[in-house]
Amino acid sequence: MDRLGDLEAQSIFIFREAFARLKRLALLWSLGKDSNVMIWLARKAFFGRLPFPVLHVDTGKKFPEMYAFRERYAGEWNLDLLVEPCPPIEAVDATLPPAARSAARKTEGLKLALAKYGFDGLFAGIRRDEEATRAKERVFSPRGIEGGWDVRDQPPEFWDHFNASPPQGAHLRVHPILHWTEADIWAYTRRESIPIIPLYLACNGRRYRSLGDADITFPVASQATTIDEIIEELDATKIPERSGRAMDHEAEDAFERLRVSGYL
Amino acid sequence: MNIAVSPALASPSSALKRPLVRIVIVGHVDHGKSTLIGRLLYETGSLPDGKFETLKAIAARRGMPFEWSFLLDALQTERDQGITLDTSQIRFRTAARDFVLIDAPGHAEFLRNMITGAAQADAALLIVDAAEGVRDQTRRHGYLLHLLGVRQIAVVINKMDRVGFEEARFRDIESEISTHLVNLGLTPVAVVPVSARDGDGVAQASEALAWYRGPTVVETLDGFSPARADDELALRLPVQAVYKFDDRRIIAGRIETGRIAVGDEIVVAPAGRTARVKSIESWPEPVAGQGPCEASAGQSIGITLDSEIFVARGDIVSTAAVRPKAAQRLRARVFWLNEAPITPGAGLNVRIGTAEARGTVAAIENAVDPGQLSATEARSVAQNHVGEIEIALTRPLAADPYAINARTGRLVLDLNGRISGGGLVLSLDVDERPRAVQSVPVHSAVTAQERAARHEHGGAVVWLTGAEGADMAKLARAAERRLFDRGGAPMVLDRAALQAGLNADLGDTPPERSEALRRIAHVAAHLAENGFIAIVAAGPASTAERARMREDSGKSFYEVHVAAARETADRDGPSPAPDLRIDTGRHDIETDSLQIEHLLETAGVLGTERQGGEFAI
Repeated sequence: MDRLGDLEAQSIFIFREAFARLKRLALLWSLGKDSNVMIWLARKAFFGRLPFPVLHVDTGKKFPEMYAFRERYAGEWNLDLLVEPCPPIEAVDATLPPAARSAARKTEGLKLALAKYGFDGLFAGIRRDEEATRAKERVFSPRGIEGGWDVRDQPPEFWDHFNASPPQGAHLRVHPILHWTEADIWAYTRRESIPIIPLYLACNGRRYRSLGDADITFPVASQATTIDEIIEELDATKIPERSGRAMDHEAEDAFERLRVSGYL
Repeated sequence: MNIAVSPALASPSSALKRPLVRIVIVGHVDHGKSTLIGRLLYETGSLPDGKFETLKAIAARRGMPFEWSFLLDALQTERDQGITLDTSQIRFRTAARDFVLIDAPGHAEFLRNMITGAAQADAALLIVDAAEGVRDQTRRHGYLLHLLGVRQIAVVINKMDRVGFEEARFRDIESEISTHLVNLGLTPVAVVPVSARDGDGVAQASEALAWYRGPTVVETLDGFSPARADDELALRLPVQAVYKFDDRRIIAGRIETGRIAVGDEIVVAPAGRTARVKSIESWPEPVAGQGPCEASAGQSIGITLDSEIFVARGDIVSTAAVRPKAAQRLRARVFWLNEAPITPGAGLNVRIGTAEARGTVAAIENAVDPGQLSATEARSVAQNHVGEIEIALTRPLAADPYAINARTGRLVLDLNGRISGGGLVLSLDVDERPRAVQSVPVHSAVTAQERAARHEHGGAVVWLTGAEGADMAKLARAAERRLFDRGGAPMVLDRAALQAGLNADLGDTPPERSEALRRIAHVAAHLAENGFIAIVAAGPASTAERARMREDSGKSFYEVHVAAARETADRDGPSPAPDLRIDTGRHDIETDSLQIEHLLETAGVLGTERQGGEFAI
């Protein structure tokens, strides 16, 4: 098997383990390239259908292209789509820097959805290579009752045995593409012909490497107008993927604080 | 907006053609793991732009000298405490390979993180401080690499600058660590002297190490390969689930080893039912007639079968020729992570592949601290120690010994849903049913003496062997009445009655009958330990089974052979040495039950003349 085949097989294995071991699951759909790959892998794991809903925690501030994508593919992929609007900015920790505070609305929206639906497992499309604190994640990552992440007390994962017993009232984050890289995501998107939002491709010398809220996400300089060119570009670049995501860079620990309180 | 991309147009990307090797770097705390990683990233030009400068600036702001390890110690807490908390993963590449570098913390309290990292690794670098030499965590990590099945390993002797780049010091450590690893069955591919902080021996040979002729760290890494799922071994497909989303009944799982093809005859362990592979399912749906017709190790697949045999999560699909074993008792070498040690009698969950079963620690053969050179204990396995233990399972699990198949020969132990240990299956006890647990202390508020004083007898098992039938059950009840009427505490365990509950899951095959006897013997022994006289009417038993019951029940076991000419004899003929023979046809039942009472009196279990506490208990 080739590298993409290995990655795919591992992700499918993780999806099936979670589905076998947890009762109320949902897949967090951010509409971005990673969560689209995740949906694709889930359809492979379950032979075409998603046996759980997809949840879009909606800040209301995504790019119009993202909403159009959501409406189209929720239908075409036959998804059971749940949309959870986020509370206003006033409901969020005022000590966070402005962009992080804005992003933290998503954490609050997620808490509302958890309370409403009682999920015990959420598939999240984070990857270890994205960001240093995500590198510390487990595949099955236990969260506290409040959704918090205790990085100091993570249980061990031996081989492909995962901890799948969240305490009463808490939930697990399940990370099926934790072991993928940005380049892997693009190569797989190309191989499988997975649709993408065109904002990822260069227009007038700029493209988005990572998509978030329109007001706190910025494009990078790029000439890549096809996925092949994106892959070539990534092979040469040393610029971090999330460099266009403002909340990561406001303070040394801003993103870590977001994650400890339950951000993806 | 839909960007359709044709795979045919794809240009081969060099990045994705290079083999990807997952490396774990382990070793004693402060021996320089994170420093080596930082240096490797720098030397191979793998740092994101600005990262080096940013971290230098952070160090300056905090008034600390720059350390290479800051690269990985990205969490606030780590920088504050100066130790690596968890396994980070960082990618880097050489000309020949892509690597995922897994940094593993050296601190003993973070071993669960080291294990999480190392369990995913294809290869390992074990780092040793040239000045400090081999330490307990060096040995412990070496042991864990063996236990986790990491087979490609190299040793890096760091901080050579601290010992003046002296060859003699290097040779001493090289010899010590190599011996330790070889004893574990691990042969290091290289032992490399370096000074990670200054870069000597990392990517380039160093003048200071002119006496060293071997590879640099980068050259050593380039010699590692991805650990591939082995499709040459026999087929092992642990079942993750059976899906019935539509009219197909799809058995889903990942092939751990071997290959499978449409038309193959397969066996489903542990039950052993057979069928043929009808199809290998895939999505997106293939053009009719063009679906996959075979699959091999590493692939996550779904199959359908030609007949509706019972298959469930935890089963293993194999070929008929080389099946896994189905065992209810196994020996394992396990590493234990919980604060509370494992002791005989402890209950835990055993997970092998996708299967799990409740288990009891039946015996602990030995236990060692893998960080120490000797020091063994045998009554318990403490935190961060390794033990060879026997586990009795409540139901048979399909597995292989580790030496036969590493993928289906490893297990994890979980306590209340949290993984608490893991290790290797050394052997599977297939023929023998589990025996009683090794000397489990009975925790009771009442002492044996107090019970004996009240009942005027000690505890005992009276096991009626021979013909099963009305006569045996009648005799058991007559003896029970007799003992009760004299003030005792007898209790009949009748196999036919227990079949409705305790043994309801067991059928009538020889192994199932044997398991039924084992359970009854266990209950009887427990009653006897608590001062009751258990009268067991369990029918025929083989010589081996009888011997085992006697062994399990200890000294207060009395076998009464009940002969009845017209009914089935014991499978192995009459017991060679029962404690009493009763021919049910010869006397009336009162006389027969009196013989049992006499037997117990003679043995000292019963006695009207005795004072409390003097009975055989």
